[in-house]
Amino acid sequence: MRGIDLQVEAGEVFAFLGPNGAGKTTTVEILEGYRKRSGGEVKVLGEDPERARREWRERIGIVLQSCRLDPYLTVRESLELYAGYYATPRPVEEVVELVGLGGKADERTGKLSGGQQRRLDVGMALVGDPELLFLDEPTTGFDPQARRQAWEAIAGLRQLGKTVFLTTHYMDEAQQLADRVAIIAGGEVVARGTPEDLGDRENQPATVHYREGGREVRVETTTLVKTLHELTGQALERGEDLEGLEVTRPTLEDVYLELTAHAEVAE
Amino acid sequence: MSGLALVGHQFRYDQKAFWRNPASVFFTVMFPVVLLLIFATVFGGQTVDVRGGIKTTTYYVPAIITLSVISATMQSLAMSLVIAREDGRLKRSRGTPMPPWVFIAGRVGNSIVVALMMLALLAAIGRLLYGVDVPWDRLPAIVATLVVGAAAFCCLGIALTAAIPSQDAAAPIVNALLLPLYFLSGVFIPDDQLPSGVIHFADAFPIRHFFEAFFDAYVPAHGAGGASISWDNLAIVAIWGVAGLLLSIRFFRWTPRGG
Repeated sequence: MRGIDLQVEAGEVFAFLGPNGAGKTTTVEILEGYRKRSGGEVKVLGEDPERARREWRERIGIVLQSCRLDPYLTVRESLELYAGYYATPRPVEEVVELVGLGGKADERTGKLSGGQQRRLDVGMALVGDPELLFLDEPTTGFDPQARRQAWEAIAGLRQLGKTVFLTTHYMDEAQQLADRVAIIAGGEVVARGTPEDLGDRENQPATVHYREGGREVRVETTTLVKTLHELTGQALERGEDLEGLEVTRPTLEDVYLELTAHAEVAE
Repeated sequence: MSGLALVGHQFRYDQKAFWRNPASVFFTVMFPVVLLLIFATVFGGQTVDVRGGIKTTTYYVPAIITLSVISATMQSLAMSLVIAREDGRLKRSRGTPMPPWVFIAGRVGNSIVVALMMLALLAAIGRLLYGVDVPWDRLPAIVATLVVGAAAFCCLGIALTAAIPSQDAAAPIVNALLLPLYFLSGVFIPDDQLPSGVIHFADAFPIRHFFEAFFDAYVPAHGAGGASISWDNLAIVAIWGVAGLLLSIRFFRWTPRGG
């Protein structure tokens, strides 16, 4: 880890995005109080996680990257067990509904699908009614349907007014869930912003494609309106069409790949 | 919840999970019962040349209770804690406000309660099927010996988890330690069949001392009425337990060791 400088506001969903091995889990474990840092300053809910006390743990909820639940307890029992650890838990029945496991409350956790287990994970992190939730790669290895279910549970957290710190290596997950995103690569934050304006996408060069006499033409431009005006003006003067005219901008995925590839070269 | 109420809370759910787990019910509860039935059937009607000659069944009831106590404590704890650690459940519980000692106390309590149940179950089978007297007048000494031994073997089981790298390694490592010592300590093979060199070797380990202490409490010695707690053996078991406790404090880990 080199320079991680982050500020997460109360009530927002913050996504910490980066490729595998970029330092996401290391960072989140420092924030959760699992890991000691070698330097720098960290404050989570106004306290240093390294010196976290029981009162601080009452205010956070954690979903680990991989954690198997006790397969012999039911959904309700797992939540009751965790509710007992907190001074002012949320009612268990309410949490069961919140994470969409209403019909599965008396099912043993070993019988749940991957997506359902992940939703129970979120429920167990939520049952203490924390202000801040950490979710470490909540959907890694999931099929599309299970991901969708997990996303719904996480989106529900926003409605409860929780602050969520999410790590992921999926672009679309950050785009779908987060208010703000920071991209980490090679132990450094390489970009930050809302999913919309990340990597200054609006001002990145656009590419104009068209065909001229069967030949592909690509024009990269930072002054799109001017370029288009010139190209179409010339074509009109010649009385021709610009076959297959198309304008593309870098997608969030392109920005992400570019930024993280760059950091890997710098390693 | 206060600390103790929280231990009770944890204990309740540990009990549920224990009794629903087919592996723990089989190895901790059924296996000792089956062993007692087999030994009593195969060697029943013979005598063992200790205490001036006793029936083999009188020998095997306290022997198998000894085994079941170690199984409910050291074996069961070492395996279940390694599984919970590698599943990430120990790490996860550390992320809650629950103090770590509460979690351990709940598990230890679970083990000691199961050990006491096994005492009742095996003593009842011994009495009903083989006429082995339950020494009611020595019950306080029997329970005290069992609880000291159970606590010591809990500490050893927790310490042992530090030497077990993965879930798959748990059963082989635990069995490789315990099974030979059951044979060498006179739990499976009566004392009078064992060469003295073997018993000397077994004396270096806690199983032999716990067996002797428990045997002394359970089987009335001829002409030595009253002295039912074997203080010297129990002291050695307790020292092993303290060593286990210190090793646990130093080396126990809450986070998975594998990937």
